[in-house]
Amino acid sequence: MEFLWAFIIGGALCVIGQLMMDLTGYKFTGAHVLVTFVCAGAVISALGLYQPLVNLAGAGATVPLSGFGHLLAQGAINGVNQKGLLGAFSGGVSSAAVGITAAVVFGYLAALIFKPRG
Amino acid sequence: MSKSIVSESQKQEYAKIATHFRPRPRLWRNIFWAFIVGGLICLIGQFILHFFLDKGMDVNTAGAATSAVLIFVATFLTGIGVYDEVSRFAGAGGIVPITGFANSMVAPAMEYRAEGLIFGVGHRLFTVAGPVLVWGIVTAWAIGILYYFFR
Repeated sequence: MEFLWAFIIGGALCVIGQLMMDLTGYKFTGAHVLVTFVCAGAVISALGLYQPLVNLAGAGATVPLSGFGHLLAQGAINGVNQKGLLGAFSGGVSSAAVGITAAVVFGYLAALIFKPRG
Repeated sequence: MSKSIVSESQKQEYAKIATHFRPRPRLWRNIFWAFIVGGLICLIGQFILHFFLDKGMDVNTAGAATSAVLIFVATFLTGIGVYDEVSRFAGAGGIVPITGFANSMVAPAMEYRAEGLIFGVGHRLFTVAGPVLVWGIVTAWAIGILYYFFR
């Protein structure tokens, strides 16, 4: 059942992104969509409303970039719980560290190895 | 010298005609493909997530591992030119998932590789990822600070 919800919720989040671009005549670019998703995901997560979506849809909620925002926000909150004020500085990035490092390392290697076409 | 050879009314006339012939964004088709492709990427993510959970990882570790795998696959598919082909009709379906974030790093870095490894690749990797990380990190930090004072 979680697999069906992963497909539906993941697809629905992408539709929201598509509407942001289409309804603004593409003044809202892909970069705007990504930034909006990360920030909205972080805020919704801080209000405690994103975790229920993760419980329902699993990767359908964590794979879209709003899940990245959720990860950052929960990291910052957990950081504060463990280390106090300094945790607000360390928690977010450290919880998202795997994603950030993977993107930088694999991205860098791919850009070195592959040649653009055309 | 600066006097244009076309009058203002001619420009307006042209704009009117151009708007008429410009292909209208096909909203429903875009929504359909964004849903299908975005949903499929998340479904693949769900399979990978369960693979790691079955290996005995806890939810957070399995989630991080899933992201790493998806990012690796996306950078590879971007490298061989497949990802951008899919994104062309999938729209936000190829942008919103974490694979789209990885794609947004690799694509410009490849494009500007000729400008060198520092200002070409190093700089362009963050064309889109830069704004995303800045906004994400600042938002998360602000949430942490608010939580500290008002929890």
